[in-house]
Amino acid sequence: MWVALSYASWGISIVLALWMLYDWFKVDTTYTEDVLTSSREGELEAVSEKHRI
Amino acid sequence: MTITLEPVIHGDRVSLLRVLGPAHVWALGVGIVLVGEFTGWNFAADKGGALAALIVCWIVGLLYTSVAMIDSEVTSTVAAAGGQYAQAKHIVGPLMAFNVALFLVFAYTMLEVSDAILLGDTIVAKAGVEGLNHNAFIAATIVVLAWLNYRGVLMTLNVNFVITAIAYISIVILFFSVSPWTQGAVLKLNELVTPENALPYGWIGVIAAFQFGIWFYLGIEGTTQAAEEVRSPARSLPYGTMAGMITLLIAAAMTWYVCASLMPWEYLGITYYPLWDAGKLTGSPLLENLLFVATLLAALASANGCINDAARAWFSLGRDRYLPSWFSAVHPRYRTPYRSILFLLPIALAFAFIADLNQAITFSILSGVLQYTFMSINIVMFRKKWPLASIRRGYTHPFHPLPAIVLFCLCVVTYFAIFLGFGSQLIAMVAFYFLISLWFHFYRYKFVRRGDQFTMPWPRPQGY
Repeated sequence: MWVALSYASWGISIVLALWMLYDWFKVDTTYTEDVLTSSREGELEAVSEKHRI
Repeated sequence: MTITLEPVIHGDRVSLLRVLGPAHVWALGVGIVLVGEFTGWNFAADKGGALAALIVCWIVGLLYTSVAMIDSEVTSTVAAAGGQYAQAKHIVGPLMAFNVALFLVFAYTMLEVSDAILLGDTIVAKAGVEGLNHNAFIAATIVVLAWLNYRGVLMTLNVNFVITAIAYISIVILFFSVSPWTQGAVLKLNELVTPENALPYGWIGVIAAFQFGIWFYLGIEGTTQAAEEVRSPARSLPYGTMAGMITLLIAAAMTWYVCASLMPWEYLGITYYPLWDAGKLTGSPLLENLLFVATLLAALASANGCINDAARAWFSLGRDRYLPSWFSAVHPRYRTPYRSILFLLPIALAFAFIADLNQAITFSILSGVLQYTFMSINIVMFRKKWPLASIRRGYTHPFHPLPAIVLFCLCVVTYFAIFLGFGSQLIAMVAFYFLISLWFHFYRYKFVRRGDQFTMPWPRPQGY
């Protein structure tokens, strides 16, 4: 059973790794780099936090 | 297999998603740490005996309570992914921030590697099948958890909450199953810890034990990495972190009491599975199997939280161009730093396949202690530059500057303890951070958009 579990672990690892690579490729070819890297630190904070005492 | 990429971009930007609450913060912090109760802390007994392990449990608990209080104040004010990196950037400066981010990535990646090795070794030990290798289980742990992190932070931390809670409850069940109120029935603390063997190496053994006493709590500061994804940072982060610290203090005390009452210090100090062994020693197959499963779950929860935190620190470096901005991409559907997760995945796998558990643990501890040293200095600068009346804080920690002084002093003791056991690694690591700092200062910093990196809407600091 343990040996079978070991083979199953390799199988799951390979399938999920391939899925992530596929999804990565799909996303990178669908959206522009400007959109994907558009996150900015503190953007929501500037709106929600007034920092008034 | 096909996927649908839905148009989920809100406004002009793709940002991390604010979906987490205090329970997720607790799950992140305690999830990373709890594995230390299942293995790691007990090596302190090898350094200084069972009583030394208890002494460092409380003293290091003080260190981490200081960490949790200081972190809660600063993070509830600097609520950004990257946690201590964002704090260092705003309060100390870019070079310190770059170093702190590397401390974070090293500490969490090496901890993830240690967790995966532990999980693989535990399964192999349970199986007892000749020729069975741990590599398959290591690979599955790292890849499955990376996939979970890739798919979204909410599910990642929901899973962490459940498996951390099960692992924690298993410690509570073990504690109450051995009649802790009655010595002699199952527990034999008065026979195993005597005045003759309580501190076999004297007080120098207690100092040496600091290195592994850290495992009771190592990683609780990881809660801050969720700062950009919690719905209410000013409330959730202090609440989740402090609740986590209280939880861990209770777990550490129960763990020491049960293990020191069931195993002689000579064995406790060398076993890789103190709680699982404690389960076996009770003679109950149910407890033995429960503690075996809990060891696996604790390792999984820790590795899961570490992937989350390391990826966010790396992502933040990319977002500020301290590293190529390519790393700052956010998945438009899952809202995760997917490139950072994928970049760190093969690195973790490589270390897990080639490194030995002790080396990985030592690198993780070293990076952690460097980070705590920074935190003690950081809070003093924070209070000086922005006094209490100048900006709104989600939480204000009491007795300042006492926690900072305690934290700094305990870090110095821990450096000495690490130097006693792993002096060459300590020197190599400090040399590495020195060289990488030169690279950042003389080469990389010219790519940084200097005005853009300071994002908090704070008044000018006092004295500037």
